[in-house]
Parts: sequence; C-alpha cells; structure tokens
Amino acid sequence: MEFTNNLFYFLSFVAVLSALMVVFSKNPVHSVLYLIITFFAIAGHYILLNAQFLAAVHVIVYAGAIMVLFLYVIMLLNLNQETEPHKSTLIKLAAAISAGLLLVVFVGSIRGSEQMMVQPQQVEVGSVKDMGRVLFKEFLLPFEISSVLLLVAMIGAVMLGKNEEEGKNAS
Amino acid sequence: MERLTNRSKIVSDKKMTFLEKIYLPAILSGIMITIKHMFKKHATVRYPEKTREFSEIYRGMHVLKRDDKGAERCTACGLCAVACPAEAITMVAAERNKGEENLYREEKYAAKYEINMLRCIFCGLCEEACPKEAIFLTDRIVTTDYGRDEFIYGKDKLVEPVNARIDVTKRQTPEVLEFKQQKKLSHNR
Amino acid sequence: MTLLLFKVLLILAVFAISLFMAAYSTYAERKVAAFMQDRLGPDRAGPFGLLQPLADGLKLFMKEEITPEVSNKFLFVLGPSLFMITALMTGVVIPWGNLLNIDGINYSLQITDINIGILYVFGVVSIGVYGIMIGGWASNNKFSLLGAIRASAQMISYEVAMGLSIIALVMMTGTLSLKEICEYQAGGVGGNWNFWNVVYQPLSFLIFMICAFAECNRAPFDLPECETELVGGYHTEFSSMKLGLYLFAEYINMFISSATMATLFFGGYNFPFMHDLGLSQNAITIIGTGVLFGKIIFFIFFFMWIRWTIPRFRYDQLMNLGWKGLLPLAIGNLLITGLFILLNNRG
Repeated sequence: MEFTNNLFYFLSFVAVLSALMVVFSKNPVHSVLYLIITFFAIAGHYILLNAQFLAAVHVIVYAGAIMVLFLYVIMLLNLNQETEPHKSTLIKLAAAISAGLLLVVFVGSIRGSEQMMVQPQQVEVGSVKDMGRVLFKEFLLPFEISSVLLLVAMIGAVMLGKNEEEGKNAS
Repeated sequence: MERLTNRSKIVSDKKMTFLEKIYLPAILSGIMITIKHMFKKHATVRYPEKTREFSEIYRGMHVLKRDDKGAERCTACGLCAVACPAEAITMVAAERNKGEENLYREEKYAAKYEINMLRCIFCGLCEEACPKEAIFLTDRIVTTDYGRDEFIYGKDKLVEPVNARIDVTKRQTPEVLEFKQQKKLSHNR
Repeated sequence: MTLLLFKVLLILAVFAISLFMAAYSTYAERKVAAFMQDRLGPDRAGPFGLLQPLADGLKLFMKEEITPEVSNKFLFVLGPSLFMITALMTGVVIPWGNLLNIDGINYSLQITDINIGILYVFGVVSIGVYGIMIGGWASNNKFSLLGAIRASAQMISYEVAMGLSIIALVMMTGTLSLKEICEYQAGGVGGNWNFWNVVYQPLSFLIFMICAFAECNRAPFDLPECETELVGGYHTEFSSMKLGLYLFAEYINMFISSATMATLFFGGYNFPFMHDLGLSQNAITIIGTGVLFGKIIFFIFFFMWIRWTIPRFRYDQLMNLGWKGLLPLAIGNLLITGLFILLNNRG
C-alpha cells in the first residue's frame, strides 16, 4: 500500500508538472511532447486503479494517434514568435473566464463523486470483460449514441476534405 | 510514326483487372522467381583466391622490349605518341654515347619515356604503330594507387628487366599478326 | 525469490536474444539478398562471413558522432533511444515457451502475462512512432522531417487496419492475452484437433501481415527511408551508433512482429502431436521454444524474401491500399466472424 501511495504521488507530480510545462514552454513542439508525458502519467493512474484496458486504450488512442497528428500539424506549421497572431485582451479575458468555469465544473463533479469511491482491488472494474458487460448492458444507449457522434464527426471530416469541384461533377 | 526497330514495346495505361488490382497473384509469381534464384549457381568469382581467366589478346600494361642481347629496342621515333588517340605517351630522345652499345640498339634512344595510365585507353595503337617492335601490351594489370602522379609510368616501370623477360608472344595470335600485316600494307599503299 | 531471479534471468535472456537476432538479421538480410541476386554476400569476416555483424557493429561504434549545430540536442538523442526502447519493450508479453518445471515449481517462459497483451503490443508500437517523429524533427532537416511525417502517417494508417484484423481473432478466441490465444491453438493434429488460427482466419492473417510490413517500415512499404527521394528519410542526419540504434531497432521490430505473427496465427510454441509423444513437460517446453523460433526465423526470412522481390509502393498507392483496401476488408472480416460466432452459439 505504501508503494502504491508513493507511486500515486509520483505520477500525480509528473502529470501536474508536465501539464504546467505544456502551458509554459515556448516551443509548441515541446508543449506537445509534455502533453504526451501527461497522458502517460494519467495512463499510469489508470493502471493504479486496476483498469489496464483503459490505460492501454488511452495510450493507443491519445498518445499513439491523436498526439501524433497534433505533433504532425505543429511540425509542419513552423510556428514561432513572429507568426503568432496578437490576441486582444477581450479574448484573453473570455478564455480565462471559460477555463475558470470549466474548473468549477470539474471540482463540482469530483466533489460529488466522493461517495462513489470503491476499492479498485476488490472489484474488477478495469478488465475487458467487465468493461464490455457494463458498456453493453447498463450503458448501451449512451455507448451507441457516442458511436453515432463519432460517425457524424467522421462524415463531417470527409465532407471538409472533399474537393468541391469533384462534388459538383458527381451530382 | 514508323518504328525503327521491332524491339520497342507499346505502353498502354489500360485499367487493371481485378486480379491485377489485388496484387497478390503477381506478388506470388514474383516470390517464386526470387526463390528459384536462391538455388541457382552464383556468378561471383572469389577474386584474390581465384582469378577470372584472361582473354588471349587481353590488352593490359605496356612493356618496352629489349632485344636478344638485352639492348632497348626503342629509338624514340615518336610514332607511338603520334598514334596514341588519348595522347598518353611522351618521350625525350637522346643520342647514344660510346660504350653504350649493349644498352641501346640504335644510335638514338628514349632518355625519358612516360605513359600516363590514367589517360591510356589500352587500345593498342602504339603497338601497331611501332616500327621497331619495341612496345607491346601485356596481360598485366595496372594496379591502383593513391595519387595521380603515381600513374605516370616511367621507364623504370615500363622497360622489361634483363633477367626477367616478359613474354608477349601469347598475344601475337595468327589473327593478330594477320591484322598487323594488313595494316602495314595499307599504310604502304 | 527464485521466481524473481528467474524473471530477471528471463528478461536478460529475451533482451540478449532480441539483440542477437537483430544482429544476425542484418547478416541474413545481406546473405538472402545476395543469394536471390545470384551473388554470395559477405563471406570475408569469419567462416561464411559469420562475424560480419560484429564487424558492422564495431564500424558503427568507431564512426564519428555528428550532432548538427542547429538540431535540438536533447531530442536528437531521445529519438533513437525511444525507438530502441519501444522495440525492446514489446518482447515482454510474448510467450516464448510453455511452463518449465524446475524442482517442482512451474516457471512460465513468458515474462508477464497481462490480460491485455495484444493491446500492450499496440500501445508500445504506437509510442514507437515518436522515436521516428522526434528524431526527424530534432535533426532540423527538411528531408528528415518529411521522412518522419511519412513514417508516422504510414504507421498510424496501418495500425488501424492491423487492430481491426486482430479484433476478429480476439472475438474468436475470446481473450486479449497472448498466452491464452497461444493455448487456444494447443494440441495440433493429435489430441483435440485444434488448428492454427490461420486456418480459421486466413484473411485476418493476410491483413495483419501486410500491416506488419508497413509498421516495420519494410519493403515494399519502406517509404520513410526511401533513399532516392528523401536521401535517408528520418535518419539522414544521424551517424555512428545513433544511426545504428535506428537500424537495429528496425530489425528488432521485425523479430518481434514475426514472433507476434507466429504466436497469434501459427500456434506459437505449440507443435503437432505435442501431447501424444509421451514426452516430459520440460522436453515439450524446450522443443516448443525451438519450434517457435523456427517459425520466427521463417517469418524473418519471409520479410526479406518479400523485400528483395517487390519494388517500393508509391505513396498514394500505399495510402489507397491502407485505407481503401485493407480497412474495409478488415471490417468485412470482422462482420463475417461475428456472424459465424452468432450462428455457432445459436446452433
């Protein structure tokens, strides 16, 4: 238990530190790399919660695919001090307020979940079988709806990527 | 347009059939070819241990011959230098002094005789041009070296040593001799 | 305590064997290439040139270590290291053999049997992309960057089809653990008639193999380092052992993906009649490990065989094949497998 606790503090420290570095580092590529470290720390947390499946999927999807695409775009954009557009104070204020609201929402939701705390070692919440059972029995409707949401996003991406001339010819 | 040869192939970009589109049959036939080659005889010659057989009339490094008594045959007439299409040969002539009769056959000899092996194309025209049968191409190989200067071969490398004569008769096959004869006749005409 | 010692030894052994196999793959690659082109290949260092990998390694160590002035020094070192680390990490979940009985205690020849084995492999492979991307970007060279971007685009694209092809297999076996998938194929022809998974899932295997070629950046999908267009691709600026790490890791990837293919589709350490010959457990395990390595070596040979047969794909062909060819095929395979499982459960 002692070891697990220490590991938890270590991972949290890494996650928070690298999350801060994402914001503070000057080079956008470094920001992305720090974000990847944050994701790994969070994957470590999942493993501590005995949710290996979530950890693996988290690494594959977020660190392995999405962040690569981020890195990709940022490497190609060649961002630096000169090309950065100047933001007005109003936008900065709006960003601060919306981020603050998000923080309030997070804190509120975490405070509400205190009663739901379980000992992860006793119940198998993270294994693939249990995940599947829960997803397809208790949360079937939200699960399917979220898959439709992904489909919509995919179709939208295809529409955006499609050449307009080509579309006219086809119709 | 009329085709010059019937070897040219007409290229067309017709649509691929389904079998061609899935690549697999073509890949399969490809890997069958390569696996067959694995068991074929290798073309490699392990060089330092084994050497490839030379052709009889191979044209390699030159030699400046001596006559039976050991005197140099070359009289520095310059015909080889004129004949050389690559302009690789240069020479300086000198007069023979008293007491040098056993060294040089005629009264005039080449004090300096240089062939730039980087320029030489080993065509053998120098050999054909030589009226004194002094220069021949042999089956020796011009070895590699580090600098350009090292490839300018002087008399020290070209003239055959008295005690180690170099045999050039192997190259003089009947066909070669016949060819030289014809050449001489056409010159005289 | 003995278990811990055994595991440490096993980890060291897997580490050493991976490196050994990678080193001799370079030798085998040159030999296979030579034989297919009617040549002899390296035969000067030692008998039949068997010491050639040592000579190559020594050469790489002796080379000057160049770090470009404009490069990002830390990331420049991190790139190849990360690629190598991820390549070596995958071997952890592969069952190299069955149980070995020493003094009445069973030791598994698998370093760790986690219940998400396949996902672990995918996760580690997807991290491997960063090794290439970071290396390519940090060298601050356009060719390197283009090579890195090509590499990552290719690897992400083919990972999708690869994952979908594996899901069909996972649906059939009902587990994500590599050990259990391997056990599922145990018995062979004798006993209880369990065939290799490739018999049930040939399409899945084909897709997986093609994707493995692309993931390892091997010909015909070696676009990230295609010399004619990109000088050397993502490792243009690397020299000495940093370059060596990239090249070495590629061969380790090849070794590991061969091992994965052998385990998932070709029965892993199982061999026909394994329980009918009356052998002791240890003998079966040792023969099984030998059989597994035989399969792996065959697959490595197959990788090389393909490399020296097929020319490189064009980039649009590569993407077409991945997204328009393999992905729908994998989804179709998934649906058919699901249908079969449904019908089997009914009947």
